Amino acid sequence: MYKFIWLVPLLPLAGAAINGIFGRWLRFPEKLVGGIAVGTVALSFLISVAAIYSYGFGGNGLWPNPYVSTQTAFTWIPGGAVKQTLGQAAPGSGEAKTISIANQPVTVPAARSSLLNIEWSYQLDPLSAIFMLIVNGVGLCIFVFATGYMHDDPGFYRFFAYMGLFMFSMLVLVMGSNFVMMFVGWEGVGLCSYLLIGYYFNRNEAANASRKAFITNRIGDFGFILAIFGIIATFGTAQYTQVMPQAASYPIEMLGNWGLMSWIALGLMIGACGKSAQFPLHVWLPDAMAGPTPVSALIHAATMVTAGLYMLTRTNVIFQHSQTMMLVVAVIGAFTAIFAATIGITQNDIKKVLAYSTVSQLGFMFLACGVGAFVIGIFHVMTHAFFKALMFLGAGSVIHGMHHEQDMRRMGGLRKYMPYTYFAFMAGWLAICGIIPFSGFWSKDEILWRTASTNHIPVGWLLWIVGTIAATCTAFYMTRLMAMTFWGKYRGDDGKEARGDDHTRGKHEHHPHVPHESPKSMWVPLVVLAILATVGGFVGISTAFTGGKEVGGKLNIVTWLSPVIWNPSTKAFGAEPGEAPAETPAQTIRAGAPINIERQAEGGLPYGDTGFNLAHAVEAKLGSETATEWVFIVISLIVAGIGIGLGLLFYVKDTRLADVWAARLAPLYRASYHKYWIDEFYGWAVTRRTMDLARGVFNFDAKVVDGGVNGAAWLTRLSSKITGGTDKYFVDGLVNAIADFVVRLMSPIVRAAQTGLTANYALVMVIGLLLAVAYYLVKMF
Amino acid sequence: MFTNNILSIVTWLPALGAILILALFRKEQNDLIKKFATGWLVLDFVGSLWLLGYDRGLGGMQFLEDHQWIPAIGARYQMGADGVSVLLLVLTTFLGVLAALSSWKYIQKRQKEYYILLLLLQAFVLGVFSSMDLFLFYLFFEVSLVPMYFLIGIWGGENRLYAAIKFFLYTLVGSVVMLLGILKMYFLTQDTALAAKVTQATVDLLAGNAKASAMVATTLQQAAQNGTGNFSILYMQAIGSALPMGTLQVLLFLAFALGFAIKVPMFPFHTWLPDAHVEAPTAGSVVLAGVLLKLGTYGFYRFNLPMFPKASADESYFFSGTNHQFGVRSVMIFLAIVSIIYGALAAMYFVVKKDGDVKKLVAYSSVSSMGIVMLGLFALNPNGINGAVMQMVSHGVYSGALFLLVGIIYERRHTRKVSEFGGLSHVMPGYAAVFLAMAMTAIGLPMLAVFISEFLAMRGAFEANPVWAGWAGLGIILNAGYMLWLYQRMFFGEIDNEKNKLLPDLSVREWAYLLPLVVMSLWIGIYPGPFLRYIEKPVNAVVRQLRPNYPIPGQPATSTPVQIRTQK
Repeated sequence: MYKFIWLVPLLPLAGAAINGIFGRWLRFPEKLVGGIAVGTVALSFLISVAAIYSYGFGGNGLWPNPYVSTQTAFTWIPGGAVKQTLGQAAPGSGEAKTISIANQPVTVPAARSSLLNIEWSYQLDPLSAIFMLIVNGVGLCIFVFATGYMHDDPGFYRFFAYMGLFMFSMLVLVMGSNFVMMFVGWEGVGLCSYLLIGYYFNRNEAANASRKAFITNRIGDFGFILAIFGIIATFGTAQYTQVMPQAASYPIEMLGNWGLMSWIALGLMIGACGKSAQFPLHVWLPDAMAGPTPVSALIHAATMVTAGLYMLTRTNVIFQHSQTMMLVVAVIGAFTAIFAATIGITQNDIKKVLAYSTVSQLGFMFLACGVGAFVIGIFHVMTHAFFKALMFLGAGSVIHGMHHEQDMRRMGGLRKYMPYTYFAFMAGWLAICGIIPFSGFWSKDEILWRTASTNHIPVGWLLWIVGTIAATCTAFYMTRLMAMTFWGKYRGDDGKEARGDDHTRGKHEHHPHVPHESPKSMWVPLVVLAILATVGGFVGISTAFTGGKEVGGKLNIVTWLSPVIWNPSTKAFGAEPGEAPAETPAQTIRAGAPINIERQAEGGLPYGDTGFNLAHAVEAKLGSETATEWVFIVISLIVAGIGIGLGLLFYVKDTRLADVWAARLAPLYRASYHKYWIDEFYGWAVTRRTMDLARGVFNFDAKVVDGGVNGAAWLTRLSSKITGGTDKYFVDGLVNAIADFVVRLMSPIVRAAQTGLTANYALVMVIGLLLAVAYYLVKMF
Repeated sequence: MFTNNILSIVTWLPALGAILILALFRKEQNDLIKKFATGWLVLDFVGSLWLLGYDRGLGGMQFLEDHQWIPAIGARYQMGADGVSVLLLVLTTFLGVLAALSSWKYIQKRQKEYYILLLLLQAFVLGVFSSMDLFLFYLFFEVSLVPMYFLIGIWGGENRLYAAIKFFLYTLVGSVVMLLGILKMYFLTQDTALAAKVTQATVDLLAGNAKASAMVATTLQQAAQNGTGNFSILYMQAIGSALPMGTLQVLLFLAFALGFAIKVPMFPFHTWLPDAHVEAPTAGSVVLAGVLLKLGTYGFYRFNLPMFPKASADESYFFSGTNHQFGVRSVMIFLAIVSIIYGALAAMYFVVKKDGDVKKLVAYSSVSSMGIVMLGLFALNPNGINGAVMQMVSHGVYSGALFLLVGIIYERRHTRKVSEFGGLSHVMPGYAAVFLAMAMTAIGLPMLAVFISEFLAMRGAFEANPVWAGWAGLGIILNAGYMLWLYQRMFFGEIDNEKNKLLPDLSVREWAYLLPLVVMSLWIGIYPGPFLRYIEKPVNAVVRQLRPNYPIPGQPATSTPVQIRTQK
């Protein structure tokens, strides 16, 4: 069955093509457009489920080995020979030769070269399988929702054409078998995001937001493409199955030792920051909320923004070879988590709150990757896809029921009006706050635990504190959102016009603003997602609950994903730490402190001594790892409770408190409300300066470069005037006398040829040339 | 007869058409003339498809023709094409059809002369790409200026005379310097000491196959009989590469480079381009951007790289210190990178500015794109040169399309100012869609043409020096910036200008010349394999010529020097 995976991306593309090309031309009715779009995605989902089942659980399933669809593959870019200028030859391959430089014999490795044949083939492995399920599964829910949400929109066909194109690009991104295909998907989802954010293109704000999103992403892509070049120059190929084993053989670059792997990881990280909206490239995501809400759910919460995590996990072997970059990933992740969470506290637009929440949650995922828990990062991608898509769709349902009102200050009490939406949203709220047993709890708690107990990088304890505070903030602002939207009294009836429309359609305008529940096509997907958000976390149940064992076999996400994760202790893919101790001592380039020999010998510390480790310190006190884990679980439940409690206190118990504290902490409040003025700063430092540069360059071009050209022309004319004058009065005098005579004689003939039309002269000139050539042509035959 | 003279047929067919128009039609038969001219160009295009039968496995120069021409100086009528020429020839005939089609309504005065000149322009440009004799090449190279000069000067915009004269004189200056170089090369072919250093292996490498090698041998024989030098491009390449590195080689390199660099155009020789584009009629711009600019980059590929390999690879001629060094290649790379970024920034000015001209924006973006070609060429490795050649083709496709699109809106509104437009998506959805496809091609979106070429060219540059690729990448970010901004200003938002409210969408004829370009862009983007296989062998040969030890899998870097027959 897995041989049919090539159909998975192709079906949504076909749907998009049909809708996009014929939808307008043949005036497809909404039902047909929606049917084609939902049908193709549903089929694609079914195929991927069947393919993954037969790959992972079927009789002759390939798991844990990747399956590459070579049958349907073709060479996409046969780019010619590549000289591998970076990196080193694998031991034993190629021949080194000895040359003499300045009479000293020097051994140089043989020039490594290969043919750059970028393949177009799909890869099915544990990682792409999870993403296929997320993209197709959550995507299907959102497609169904959108058929209701976009009802009566004049661009219905266009919307679903873009959405289908997005599904194709996203699936290529996660299913491609090489880095260039990942880049194709990467840019493709960027284009679709551009088109969909700017879907309401008559609104200036949407158009600006879409451009901002594209260009910010381009800055990220710049890093990504250079990293791809680096990978090709090092490994001579872009195919994952060939790159990863080679990368595994490189020595680990310890903190402070910046080498090739660090460079490549840096480029990849820049790309990931752009796509996954990490500081400092996060600015586009909140603005992207100008797009239709299903788009925000699909692209800007569940799938596209997690592409960075996919990339990090896909290249975990490269990242794990650079301790510095691991630290960078973790620090950026933790910083973004808390930074965005503090902004989320003060926003009033329901979609903006969710957008900052997404940025913050993505920060958590980066933190997970940075501390070496890539699997947990992907686990959080999955649970987040469930609960955040749920909340965005819920917000869409609210906005729809509120007749396109997005300001939470004008909502309240919607529990009464929209029961399905309310209960579904509640599941999302409990999940993101991290309440046991909702899905978010399992992944977020695991991230914090792995941060506290990391051996990959130093300062894990500090990042744990930051992450814990961010989790508290998350619980707080989400409770605030619930309270302002669903609880309390309805505040929408104050007679003012609705602001911040998600769309401008004339249909619902100017009726008495009574909120209503959304149609079935909208709340059914909500319920499905709510169920997933509730139980989805059980695939990654913490070992603390199961007596220290991973249970569930391949259904456990940790076991399922382990084949793609490189283990720095065993220097191999997939092995559990401690199960297979390293045969040889870790080959490391070190700078700084000597290796703690004792712990190194345990095989668990490939990165040497990383300083104070919170979890180990607690463990030393308690004497049991499971007990330590429980301590951290209780702590994370307590902070979630604190966050929720504060939210209830401020926004349910005594609603005046929020304003009182906002006034007391006015500077902090303003900074958070204005998103720390980062947009303003970029506008001034980057956009304005680039525009100045453009002006400067053009003026330079017009005045200096072209001025030089025109100056040369002027000088020529001047000198010709001088010589011409001499000519005219002295030399010409004589010539004229003779000419006068000839002209009188010949003028009748010459006059006939002098038509005065430049074109005729040109013709004569050209015909003359032709005749000259023709003469020789005739002569030679 | 047909297969043996296919290059001559393809080249001279448009000229024949021009003569036929001149002879058969009266001035007033405008409708007939434009249909005849377009049909004739279609015929030429179909004829040129024959060239796609180029034997990719054999490589080297094919479709050879060799005839005595001017024995007194050893100039011969020699035609031949390698894979690169084939692609450019087909691109030229392809764009020629579209250019003619786009002129039907745009050109309202003196149509007979117009189509005659358009046909002649085609003939001369095709001649450039198929000449194997430097004298013949130069003749075509120069004479192609003339029809273009008149196309701009007669059917151009307000400031057309200034632009036409600037275009003519500027490019003429370059070619005159090049002529000096050509003369020196000619005399070098008579230098027996130098000829003795030329090995048969070099000639075989450059010729690529036995027939082409034999043609060089015949040329040498004939020249020896007549006691003249010769203009065989292949032999001159061999002679040039036998030259020791030194002032002479550098000077010759620079003489050729100046002529081509102006044509490309590279910073700082580019200022004729925006003027010429803005004033030229649409078809003129299409041919100018699509084909004429390629004469420059093709020149670098055909002459500078293989003829002066040592100078091309030189990095220390001008300055050689302990930490820094600077040579001929450094100059070229520097100018290429400056062109990329500078062109992009200058293009951006036309959206920053309130009433920028769209055509100027596209013109400056060409400067940036051609910078990528130059960067790829001087990366001196297969990826880079493959990318450069592909970029020539894809630039022809997307810049041609953009100029056509600008022409369409100009026909409707008689203005090209960005500020005059806004919200065009509402009234012209088809136009907006094609424009989007081409803007996305221009900024190098994957699965569209430019991605393939930029990816390869930058990959090659990265291999040579990662920092170069970094700079080029910066230019590509800027490209996205101004293209999207332009798109937003022209197509998004509400229609705020009354005059745009009733604009008609694309007509059938307009679709007819835009769709092929969209299809080409997609084709190159999705399946570039066939194109790359045309140029694989010729590009590898050039790389070998430049860097004998470059590791090409399956092609050992050995060359046993075998002396070629020296001249008397």
